Amino acid sequence: MKTATPSHEAKPAVPVPRAWELRLYVAGPTPKSLTAFRNLEKICEEHLAGRYQIEVIDLLKNPQLAQGDQILAVPTLVRKLPAPIRKIIGTLSNTERVLIGLDLRPHDPEPFTARKGERNG
Amino acid sequence: MKRSAAPRTLRKSPTGIRGLDEITGGGLPAGRPTLLCGGAGCGKTLLAMEFLVRGATEFGEPGVFIAFEETGKELTENVASLGFDLNALVASKKLLLDYVYVDRSEFEETGEYDLEGLFIRLGYAIDSIKAKRVVLDTIEGLFAGLPNQGIVRAELRRLFRWLKEKGVTVVMTGERGDGTLTRYGLEEYVSDCVISLDHRVVDQVTTRRIRVVKYRGTTHGTNEYPFLIEKDGISIWPITSVQVEHTASHERIPTGIERLDTMLSGKGFYRGSSILLSGTAGTGKTSVAATFAEATCRRGERCLYFSFEESPSQIMRNMGTIGLNLQQWVSKGRLELQTVRPFSFGLETHLARKIQSITEFAPQVVIIDPISGLDTTGTPLEIKAALMRLLDWLKLKGITTMLTDLTMGGSALERTDAAISSLVDTWLVLRDLETNGERNRGLHILKSRAMGHSNQVREFVVTDTGIRLTDVYIGPSGMLTGSARVSQEARERAERVSLNEEAERQQLALECKRAALEGQIAALRAEFSAEETIIARTFSQDKLREASLALDQAEMGRSRKRDIVKSIASRSRRNVTGGALS
Repeated sequence: MKTATPSHEAKPAVPVPRAWELRLYVAGPTPKSLTAFRNLEKICEEHLAGRYQIEVIDLLKNPQLAQGDQILAVPTLVRKLPAPIRKIIGTLSNTERVLIGLDLRPHDPEPFTARKGERNG
Repeated sequence: MKRSAAPRTLRKSPTGIRGLDEITGGGLPAGRPTLLCGGAGCGKTLLAMEFLVRGATEFGEPGVFIAFEETGKELTENVASLGFDLNALVASKKLLLDYVYVDRSEFEETGEYDLEGLFIRLGYAIDSIKAKRVVLDTIEGLFAGLPNQGIVRAELRRLFRWLKEKGVTVVMTGERGDGTLTRYGLEEYVSDCVISLDHRVVDQVTTRRIRVVKYRGTTHGTNEYPFLIEKDGISIWPITSVQVEHTASHERIPTGIERLDTMLSGKGFYRGSSILLSGTAGTGKTSVAATFAEATCRRGERCLYFSFEESPSQIMRNMGTIGLNLQQWVSKGRLELQTVRPFSFGLETHLARKIQSITEFAPQVVIIDPISGLDTTGTPLEIKAALMRLLDWLKLKGITTMLTDLTMGGSALERTDAAISSLVDTWLVLRDLETNGERNRGLHILKSRAMGHSNQVREFVVTDTGIRLTDVYIGPSGMLTGSARVSQEARERAERVSLNEEAERQQLALECKRAALEGQIAALRAEFSAEETIIARTFSQDKLREASLALDQAEMGRSRKRDIVKSIASRSRRNVTGGALS
């Protein structure tokens, strides 16, 4: 578990609740795990400075925890709080997508079309 | 199940599912993945679940069920109807249900990832109950749930390699695709065994079928086999694989109709033979069949009677009117009557259900009344093939089978619709004999293998005490039946009576003659005895006279003082007379 400290003031696009509880599921200290953690920390520092908690769960050590949050892919980021639960899989390399996934950005007017286009491409 | 025990042959993991082990030659490839594919609602999940349940309960192999579509609770409820108590198995650590939920709309994806989480979950589940069997139902959920198919494919390949290393027997299910076995091409990951399930509707009748598409390294049944989902699980009846290798019995069993036994060289049918009873409507097929059934039960054997037309109670009532009490045998468990409408199922399902019932009831005699009921369920070729399999199977079991067949009016009598005449050993034909403005029933034996049978057409009379075969009367215009026969019988009776009278008359005359003769003899004898008396009397008078004569002579001699002649009395009369004269 690691708690990051705020470094500077961030201007969130939407009002955010006080406490953010984030869990990052990984399977051992793989390059993917480390990348994901670095990306997450960076985003949190930028947008949630002082209001977040990141819990890193290594499934190799605690395999029983995979079932509870329905983890298949690693790394997976789970936003436990604020509700509802949100999940982002992957190394969190695209900050924009992470912000959308965490509800830190207002959605596109037509999110479906945009996303679809992205995937097909 | 150690690999070293049998290094050369493929190890197999028995499924315990009736029939499946037969067509796969012992089960699924142990320690390898098997793909179970088929359309929606064809029984994939059920078959996979039964594989685990049987493994846990019958083969001591715990199993993990990874469900991608249903929750554990839903699964438990769904299979409870098959008598599987998943909760108990889960509680005793013989089964583990894990519901993997993947919904594309619930997560974002960014950057690289792998499915190590699934591996870990699966590995944890396998290790926690020491599972030997794993079901993935259906892993295609991953394709739908995860956006990056490239990753899914790469990870699946890794997953199956990993599962093989773990040595678990895996069954994964897959939805049938358009022209492919599975929608997402799962077959490319599984090269060992592919089983396809099918649920086809032909003429509004559905039949479930199973086929082993491929099974590397082993021989297997290649046909499509019908299967049933019943109250106690799945049953496959691989009757297409039946071989003709039954041993023929020499034992004979009576038909229940005494004179029919006589026609069949005195002893009835061979045990384990197949008997066809064909005839037009109303010729008494069911009556003959029921009589045979009754005779079977009376001997203490069991009989299973399949009917397509009449309900069990109707058969019992109808047969009650000809003196057959079938109810008593049903109550004693020797007779089972089953009525199924032909169009309730497809041909294969009919057959499979019959075989299932036969296996459960274990009868010595099976009656199907009539096989023409199956006409609506397939083409003549299909029906013939199916019946051939059924008959072969029954023969293999040593079960005597009687089939009735309704011949349509106007078609050739000695022809069966199902064209199975060459399959049966004994063929009885019941026919209408129309003479003198009335219809009567006749019975003859068209063929009966391995016995010298009667070649006569017998009249067949259904009475309120059963079936009777009567003598054959051949009149100037052919066979006499019905009232013609009755009048012929009466005529013969009258002739017999008059013959008797004549004989009596002659007897009487003879008696008279004898009496007269004896009278004559008596008269003659009386006459003779009278004569005899007279003669005897004359003789004694002569003697007296002689004596008195001798006395007179002696008196005379004494008076004349003559010499005494000795023994004068012993001399003949003539001498005496001569002496007297001299």
